[in-house]
Amino acid sequence: MSSAFLPLKNMTYEQACAELEGIVAHLESNQTTLEDAIALFERGQALAQYCTSLLEGAEVRIRRLDEGMGAQTEEE
Amino acid sequence: MNRFPPAKPAAYTVSDLTRYLRVLLELDDVLNDVWVQGEVSNVSRPSSGHIYFTLKDAGAAMQCVVWRSSSSRLKVTLQNGMAIEAHGAISVYEKDGKVQLYVDAARPAGEGQLYQEFLRLKARLEAEGLFNEERKRPLPARPRCIGVVTSASGAALQDILNTLQRRYPLVEVILSPCAVQGEAAPAEIVAALQALEQLSEPDVIILARGGGSLEDLWAFNDERVVRAVAFSRIPVVTGVGHETDFTLVDFASDVRAPTPTGAATLVTPDQADLRVDLSDLYSRLSMAALGQVDYQRQLLTTLAHQLERVTPMQAVRNERQQVDSLSERARRAFAHQIELRGVQLKGAAQRLNALNPLSILQRGFALIEQADGSLAHGIDSLQVGQTVHIRMADGQAAAQIQSTERTSLNSKE
Repeated sequence: MSSAFLPLKNMTYEQACAELEGIVAHLESNQTTLEDAIALFERGQALAQYCTSLLEGAEVRIRRLDEGMGAQTEEE
Repeated sequence: MNRFPPAKPAAYTVSDLTRYLRVLLELDDVLNDVWVQGEVSNVSRPSSGHIYFTLKDAGAAMQCVVWRSSSSRLKVTLQNGMAIEAHGAISVYEKDGKVQLYVDAARPAGEGQLYQEFLRLKARLEAEGLFNEERKRPLPARPRCIGVVTSASGAALQDILNTLQRRYPLVEVILSPCAVQGEAAPAEIVAALQALEQLSEPDVIILARGGGSLEDLWAFNDERVVRAVAFSRIPVVTGVGHETDFTLVDFASDVRAPTPTGAATLVTPDQADLRVDLSDLYSRLSMAALGQVDYQRQLLTTLAHQLERVTPMQAVRNERQQVDSLSERARRAFAHQIELRGVQLKGAAQRLNALNPLSILQRGFALIEQADGSLAHGIDSLQVGQTVHIRMADGQAAAQIQSTERTSLNSKE
């Protein structure tokens, strides 16, 4: 469990958040070795910080599909 | 009500005849509840708050009155030249002998017909099951990608983007632009929806348009658009017009939002809530990790206790306890013996006391001691004139023997 965590920088918010939820659920309902508990706690901590940092500087990305669109009518 | 005079007079007064006309018109079911279509002219708004105008077409004109109490409920602002449909009751204004329409509702001309069309199409699609509740799909809680079908230059798009930036800036938006009003709009909306489905697979689609007149929103009542929304593989949220506008796509979509902003709100979590969730998760993480450490600590304590039970030190301690217990028993046995001896000693002392010769003095006997302190055991040890001491229980006295006489009692023993 404590080995082979994915590098954070490639994870989306949803992935990081889902992994954090999984870690919390695991720690809450299973008995682990002390080593695993510490490793999972550190990983969870890193995930929570990563998620917060994603929310901090984010901007909506916009992509535009433009296939065969005719004249657009301005409304109002 | 003053009905027509019973007998037919030679000539009616103007008042009587006008009143008769008024009553006739007011009793007519059709004229009591009628829609009239025409062009507005001669609008007059005196300070009384009532509105007077003329409704006319190419061939005729009719005076209209809107009482102040009804004027605030009109859906249109009456202006000269406007084509409207007015609803109300026909009556006669007796003073001028004028037939008038007393208006209580008005709407833009053509709206009535459009509305009938709208109701027919709605009933047909409803019967087909397109609006059924069980067709509605849940929206993703945290969409990665949102498709937006709307005009690229409209206010709706700006509202949506602003809302997404504020609530959930992590999202990617794919704009599939299209006309949202006019003849070409329905086909463009359908094509824009299909392009999204085929080219980019967003998690959810927002179909939106800002507010406008009923005609402006008409593309969203088009059967092709309604079907495209109903059969979209990706969940669709509609935000068309304002809060009070309902179009047929609203019934076909998975969720209807009152406005474009409302649609953007419905499909995203609020980052404020996400931060709260994160902070909750972090507390739970800390608690759970501490719980694991506590569990390990308890395990250690249990093991230490178990170890203690098998250690040689415990044997030594057991021996020590045995010694302690034995010595305690010895101490107690010894104390018991002492006590026993004490009781025996007390008994012996009592018995000894009973044998004390002096104790018989208590019963009134006396001892006679001679000058040298020896006891006089018999009469023979006494001589007349001799001084003796008489000892009694509570004192002694000196006495002189005056005479002696042997008694037979003594000789018998």
